[in-house]
Amino acid sequence: MSSRTSPPEERSENPATPPQGSPNRAPRGFRTNTKYGRGLRPLSIATIAALPLALALVFFYAPIEAEEGFLQKIFYLHVPLAIVTLCGFVIGGLLAIVHLRTRDRQWDLRSYVAIHMSLIFGVATLITGSIWARGSWGHWWVWSEPTLVSFLIVMLLYATYQPLRFAIEDPERQARYASVFAIVAGAFVPLNFLAVRLSTEYLHPRVLGSSSNLPAPMAFTFLVSLVAMSLLFATLCSYELMAKRTRMLLKARSRTLGFR
Amino acid sequence: MRRTVGALLRKELLVELRTLESVPGMSLFAVTTFVVFHFALNQNTVSGDEAAGILWVTLLFAAMLGVNRLFVADQDQGGFDAFLLAPVDRTAMLLAKAIALLAYLAVLELIAVPAFGLLLLAPPLSQTMPDLLVVLVLADIGIAAIGTLVAALAVQTRARDLLGPLLALPLLVPVVIGAARASSPLLVLTHSSGPQGRWLATLALYDLVFGLIAYAVFDFLLED
Amino acid sequence: MIELEGLVRRYGEREALSDVSLSLQAGQTLVVFGPNGAGKTTLLRVLATLLRPHDGEVTVLDRRLPDEAWAVRGRVGLLGHESLLYRELTARENLRFHARLHDLDLQRVDELLAAVALTDRADEPLKSLSRGMVQRAAVARATLHDPELLLLDEPFSNLDPAAVELVAPLIGAESKRTRVISSHDPSGGLAQADLVLGLRDGRVALLRAATDVGPEEIVELYR
Repeated sequence: MSSRTSPPEERSENPATPPQGSPNRAPRGFRTNTKYGRGLRPLSIATIAALPLALALVFFYAPIEAEEGFLQKIFYLHVPLAIVTLCGFVIGGLLAIVHLRTRDRQWDLRSYVAIHMSLIFGVATLITGSIWARGSWGHWWVWSEPTLVSFLIVMLLYATYQPLRFAIEDPERQARYASVFAIVAGAFVPLNFLAVRLSTEYLHPRVLGSSSNLPAPMAFTFLVSLVAMSLLFATLCSYELMAKRTRMLLKARSRTLGFR
Repeated sequence: MRRTVGALLRKELLVELRTLESVPGMSLFAVTTFVVFHFALNQNTVSGDEAAGILWVTLLFAAMLGVNRLFVADQDQGGFDAFLLAPVDRTAMLLAKAIALLAYLAVLELIAVPAFGLLLLAPPLSQTMPDLLVVLVLADIGIAAIGTLVAALAVQTRARDLLGPLLALPLLVPVVIGAARASSPLLVLTHSSGPQGRWLATLALYDLVFGLIAYAVFDFLLED
Repeated sequence: MIELEGLVRRYGEREALSDVSLSLQAGQTLVVFGPNGAGKTTLLRVLATLLRPHDGEVTVLDRRLPDEAWAVRGRVGLLGHESLLYRELTARENLRFHARLHDLDLQRVDELLAAVALTDRADEPLKSLSRGMVQRAAVARATLHDPELLLLDEPFSNLDPAAVELVAPLIGAESKRTRVISSHDPSGGLAQADLVLGLRDGRVALLRAATDVGPEEIVELYR
């Protein structure tokens, strides 16, 4: 995208008069022809439909598990949260790769939102996991549960994402460095899980390790919950993206109009 | 490329030899930490899991000291610019710095591991050395790759001394797992078996994956 | 040699360079004036390929930046505020390092050390040399690879008149290289210039052949 400041015929031969600048030129890093919030309505509607459906299934359809009782139902919240969080982190890494290749800061924004949202979902995962552990095994934290442990490590790593960003002032460099981090951390997630899983003995009896052996009603409920959680993640990300872009557009417009 | 890495490495080691900023500090830190552990644990000797844990935590934290200082001289004295102006492949800097860090780690371990054997370890070191060496080398490669990458990331930020270890430590957890589990059977009195293959494989896989990733992304950290 | 058209370089939301256009022929000298923060150093760094242009078209040595930056490196010499030399190493070691980076014959190092009259202090760490000597070493570094284009950021600021005379064959008008110099000295700078650029707040305030410009106009820039 080359931006001529003035039509070729107007450019004077005499270097004494500098060419006119165009005040409304958008920064090269951001394309302004993206339609914002394009899929937002159908996404929101789908989420609003899926969530109560999932909840209804959890409370009324899925059978109460023999060993653990009612508390086991937190599994339908905890595991989808976990899966969506980890996917979110990996997606953040993939978006960062696109950013580095295209140098279009839109992708860095998407990467940031994905990771940011995953952090929030991740905290929820840890909390629900801890509640579950307390209910099932009597402790607020167990080291012998590899998924929980890997999760903690991953969260500790991503907790440095925002301090890293805010420690760099130049926005372009900030975006670049954040993308490098997102890629390294995204690759780290699966490797970390592998390593931790190797090193711990399972305390995990039932559902998490053996989700393939779930009876049909539970499996179905789990699937719906997973879909609902993914939709929630996607919708919240879209809202955050739209809010950020709108704010940036407003700032750019107000600057060209002369407000501070 | 090889020529550039050679030139950079030469400069790197020359500066370190003149200033002795990293290696003595790292080594002293390790030995002091062993002493602290003695008092903290209230034990004269350790072996097995405990020994592996103490050794690797200490080596890791000592490595962090080296990581923190890795790019500081370049950042403060405009060394990046000089390199960026040269018609060379920029990934050469990653290789040179990682090799330098590897060298610092080697010297660190040359001092720290015997010190550990002397101060805290129950069984004698000599019988396990070849196996332990393999574990040390594999782990060091991982620490060097991640350490260099994180150092480059952190050096241009505001809170560089804090951010470096904060970034590196979670990323190095798989290395700790692999190295500690692999060394643990080597540090027991009735030394029978060698390190389990799966831990060496974990370390090797980690080295490969993060070595490649570091190679791929490093350029983006240097440019403007 | 250098063609700039609508060059923009941002720092955050501020435009450090805004819509800069000029044309410089080979062998000519461009002198850039302007108050601090006007963008002189930024311009030099963009030309040196250290900073990417954010917008506009930049052609240096017939190569488009940033895409062909790799072809320009090694043909450009930058002399900035920092010496880009390691204080703990000697002048000789520093220059040898640069020679290896640029794949040059190590003999060149001795030649340049002699040219800047540092041969007898060449084996002492730079931190024990005076500022003027370090600047001379920096001149040696910048010209070691015989660049076609010289980018000089207030190059004579740390040099006494004798030293200025000493480095003149390397970075002065006699060197016959294409040069872009940033300067705060209206009369001295003008004397060396073929083309004069005045920057203010990143924008071109003045761009004329040196013969058409008087020192008072330069001083006006700083008001």
